Amino acid sequence: MSYERPDGRKHEDLRPITAKAGVIKNATGSGYFKIGNTAAYAGVYGPQEMHPKFLQNPKGGVLRCTYNLLPFAGMGDRVRPGPSRRSKEISLVTEKSLLPVVDLSEYPNAVVDVFIELTETDAGSRCAGICAAAIALADAGIVMKDMVAAVSCGKVAGNVVVDLDYKEEAYEGEVADIPIAMVPSTGEITLLQMDGPVSEEELKQALEMVKPAIQQIVDAQNKAIRDSFGGVKK
Amino acid sequence: MISNDEAKKHLIKALKEGVRLDERKVDEFRELKIEYGVSSTAEGSALVTCGDTQILAGVKIELGTPYPDTPDEGGLMVGMELAPIAHEDLESGPPGINAIEISRVIDRGIRESESFDKKKLCVKAGEQVWTVIVDLLPLNHDGNLIDIGGLAALAAIKNAVFPSIKDGVADYKNKTKDKVELEKLPIPVTVIKIGDSFLVDPTYAEEEMLDARLTVTTMDDGRLCAMQKGGDVPLTAEDVEKMVSLAVERGKEIRKLLG
Repeated sequence: MSYERPDGRKHEDLRPITAKAGVIKNATGSGYFKIGNTAAYAGVYGPQEMHPKFLQNPKGGVLRCTYNLLPFAGMGDRVRPGPSRRSKEISLVTEKSLLPVVDLSEYPNAVVDVFIELTETDAGSRCAGICAAAIALADAGIVMKDMVAAVSCGKVAGNVVVDLDYKEEAYEGEVADIPIAMVPSTGEITLLQMDGPVSEEELKQALEMVKPAIQQIVDAQNKAIRDSFGGVKK
Repeated sequence: MISNDEAKKHLIKALKEGVRLDERKVDEFRELKIEYGVSSTAEGSALVTCGDTQILAGVKIELGTPYPDTPDEGGLMVGMELAPIAHEDLESGPPGINAIEISRVIDRGIRESESFDKKKLCVKAGEQVWTVIVDLLPLNHDGNLIDIGGLAALAAIKNAVFPSIKDGVADYKNKTKDKVELEKLPIPVTVIKIGDSFLVDPTYAEEEMLDARLTVTTMDDGRLCAMQKGGDVPLTAEDVEKMVSLAVERGKEIRKLLG
């Protein structure tokens, strides 16, 4: 256990978090989530009528997420604007990770759009996007069973760690990166991806280690929402 | 709902008495705020807030090969995306004509002012030059994207430092302390005409009702370096004179914000 993380964190430590709600005035709801040097804005518009019409669902509203990396948000060269295969896949898994907690049954034929813009990234961008999106949905007053929080865990130099940054993802030896989204009250997992080799035992350890991290993120998200309603008196 | 025509009649009447929808004077800007260094991955960045309009600007500085006709000059590009996060009327997809016009007007202002020496962007003539690329994203759109975007672009460039070069490629992890030197600060100011009134810093609602607009980009010495007329109604020469002098005046004040 002598592995030292590049930024000196303990294995179970998250990077510093900033969470805000109500950051985009025109949006129905909005959120900002920053963890380390990875930051995302999310804006929710809707529920409103779904266009094109053939995408409408008469049984309930549709959640539609769009993840976008801004051209200057990558660590290397400028990223070409517009959707890529990567951003489309992340949009899809973001949708799936949030869907289990939102209740859109009251809004047949409607769509709730979630636009996620990453302004800077140092690994963990899909997780930061999901965290911002969950804040935005709550801020928009969408009926939710619970919050959703996401963070990556994984294995670096044979050690299970939480919230990998780019330096760790780029570690020369074996690295596994496991982004996870979780419903805190039930422990249900709504996002699970992995790249890199791990043993069953290591995966179990990672899933264990991620729980307190998720709770910490949820606390930050909830605080952001409470703070944004701070001026409202009953 | 009040129709647009009705709303416009009402607005023109109010403007004659010098009253705007948000109680500003016709020649008054909303409060401007500039926050620098908001994105760690960009070589330079800024977040500019003007009333309810908020625009994020990020600069990337890339190494590339020069154009054959200007072998010792680097380049500059400014682009704005109008993404649907900023307003319910905006849609996803490739840049539409509005975003393209805004981008080109801002880009032209900076380019034509010759505010930076493109030869200083040369690494090795004929082989390697720097290109400075500014990307703008309105986070919240309440009008006047050209002026606020132009200011955000300048602020982000001012904030930018060059990456170092390692083995012939840009090393973004090791930034230098070298700044992109802006010799002039070309400030775009848009004046809109509604009825017989001239307004600066229009909101989204005001822009929807404009008859004509004129963006005038001015330099530190008070001279103009770029203009763009928009809107469906023509302007008289007197109109243009009035609008230019308003733009010069406001431009001076805005320039001070960039220090």
